[in-house]
Amino acid sequence: MLGYISRRLGVTLLILLGVSFTVYVIFAFLPFDPASLTCGKNCNDPGIIEANRKRLGYDLPFLMQYWVFIKGLFLGRTYGEGAAFIDCPAPSLGYSFQEHSCVTSLIGEALPVTLSLALGALVLWLIVGVGLGILAARYRGRVVDSASTVFVLIGTSLPTFLTGLLLLVFVVIKWRILPFPAGNYTSFFEDPFEWAQILFLPWITLAFAYAALYTRFVRSAVIETSNEDYIRTARAKGLSEGTILGKHTLRAALAPITTMAGLDFAGLLGGAILTETVFNLPGLGRLAIGAVREYDLPIIVATTLLAAAIVVVINLIVDILYAYIDPRVRIV
Amino acid sequence: MSVLIVQNLNVSFPTPDGTVRAVNGVSFTVEAGETLAIVGESGSGKTVTNLAMMGLLNSSSAQVSGSAILQTKSGPVDLLAIDSNDLRQYRGKDIAMIFQDPMSSLHPYYTIGDQIIEAHQVHNQVDIEISRTRTIELLGLVGIPDPESRLGSFPHQFSGGMRQRVMIAMALVNNPSLLIADEPTTALDVTVQAQILRLLKDLQKEFKMAIILITHDLGVVAGAADKVNVMYAGRIVESANVFDLYAKPSMPYTKGLLDSVPRLDRPHTDRLLAIPGQPPSMIALPPGCSFAPRCSRTAEVAGNKCFSQMPELTVRGEGHTARCFIGERAAQ
Repeated sequence: MLGYISRRLGVTLLILLGVSFTVYVIFAFLPFDPASLTCGKNCNDPGIIEANRKRLGYDLPFLMQYWVFIKGLFLGRTYGEGAAFIDCPAPSLGYSFQEHSCVTSLIGEALPVTLSLALGALVLWLIVGVGLGILAARYRGRVVDSASTVFVLIGTSLPTFLTGLLLLVFVVIKWRILPFPAGNYTSFFEDPFEWAQILFLPWITLAFAYAALYTRFVRSAVIETSNEDYIRTARAKGLSEGTILGKHTLRAALAPITTMAGLDFAGLLGGAILTETVFNLPGLGRLAIGAVREYDLPIIVATTLLAAAIVVVINLIVDILYAYIDPRVRIV
Repeated sequence: MSVLIVQNLNVSFPTPDGTVRAVNGVSFTVEAGETLAIVGESGSGKTVTNLAMMGLLNSSSAQVSGSAILQTKSGPVDLLAIDSNDLRQYRGKDIAMIFQDPMSSLHPYYTIGDQIIEAHQVHNQVDIEISRTRTIELLGLVGIPDPESRLGSFPHQFSGGMRQRVMIAMALVNNPSLLIADEPTTALDVTVQAQILRLLKDLQKEFKMAIILITHDLGVVAGAADKVNVMYAGRIVESANVFDLYAKPSMPYTKGLLDSVPRLDRPHTDRLLAIPGQPPSMIALPPGCSFAPRCSRTAEVAGNKCFSQMPELTVRGEGHTARCFIGERAAQ
């Protein structure tokens, strides 16, 4: 087991190295000069550009730049000297000249926003999706089932930006139930009430789409498992319908949900770009989009790398978890 | 004493194409400690008859009528008259069932110990340690080596034959007076088949229980059964003790079945005899004898009676009845 985990972690590091290198290569061959971007829109003073180039390390050969970046991850990195001295301590993901800030601290601000958004949405859609899916399967062909079909249809066909905008128009602007999102974010540890108030609509927006998918999936998984021979055995033993559903059917039907939820959650952690944009949330998705618009290479590399790292690590966690859920999956 | 008295059991399934009349007016009794074999080809209604008594048919799709009086530890109970919640108290306790495919009949996510202990706990308000001891005892009885250490094993760690032994242990854990074995050896290879049948026979003596053995294998019947019911198109067409049935089959269908089994004591022919044609559609049963369209001896009955009138079950000897116009008068 330990051997398996350490081997998987080793592979994870290799994957991340590959991802970071690929992103670096892509941006190295884009037809713009990162150094001249550091000096503002109407700046064409070659002196400043060259000084910045040297300061940010863009004068080094390509492979050397990449090496300095990797080294910075472990040892931290400094830029310039004297009055213009900048220190980005380890793990340094570079320095964003546009934002005048170390990328690590930018991510440190954005990550909790996205994490709160994704986690809340995950809990919400699991409760709704799994609950409704089970009900729809249990009362197949009845009112609950038909209602769930309508829910699934709406949820899967409404794009998140539309759901988000509709919620904004009605809940915030027309009915004035919640205040307008002002682009700020309050940490849970500062003020849990305000935290929840800011994230409430984004949670619903995200969870709506996923809950619909999960409802459909859980419904068919429960129905399929109910027809298994071992469920008939459980019934022949004289177990109550509640025990059969709760212990025997759901255990088998919901196992694949672990994998699904893990991957969907990982995907969201990379940044829920549309939802963050609609609700003006300063999360990772918005950070990344802003960086792409501004050609802010250090942020783009960092957010891409982070998203990849999250997916790979959560994948590993899901695989280990699955071995505990399904005894037939053995990890060696 | 009769353990089970079934009278006029009918099972039908309404479908968009018409009503499938799977079981039509089936009556039989099972005496304490005896083995009754129910023989017939696929779709003859032998499994549905037993699933109906166990209450394991989907109540929304199956219509069941008739009576099946089981002698339980707390007196006689009509299994078809009580609601499913009451029936649950007798399932697994007074009447137990094992199924055709031991590969899929055990829950893959729970250890065999958990599954058998659960079967004991649901009918006995006792400490879990008592159930555990009982489980170990049963696993030993069915021939699982080192039962105590195998309690924590999962079904996939056993071979097919061993899994069927586990299923038998689970069925017998509450000392039922009747065990329904639905093709218990069909999914196993021949040497294992013999072991399982031998085991069932030994346990039958030890537990003093009656067995209903559902099978299409006449070789299994000859070795294991006391009494035989032959079913065709949802009806019992012949019923006799095992010696009479093999020696003097009265119904051409029974004879056809016996002739289609390879035997060492008969002249060698290149091909086994087969019964021509197909069983009738259970939606549109022929007006006369269900077997008439395939029967080679209808000409012996005057006035095409086989095609217009359903013969009744009539006595052919002691405890021997058959549903055929041929030989009806001679016996009376």
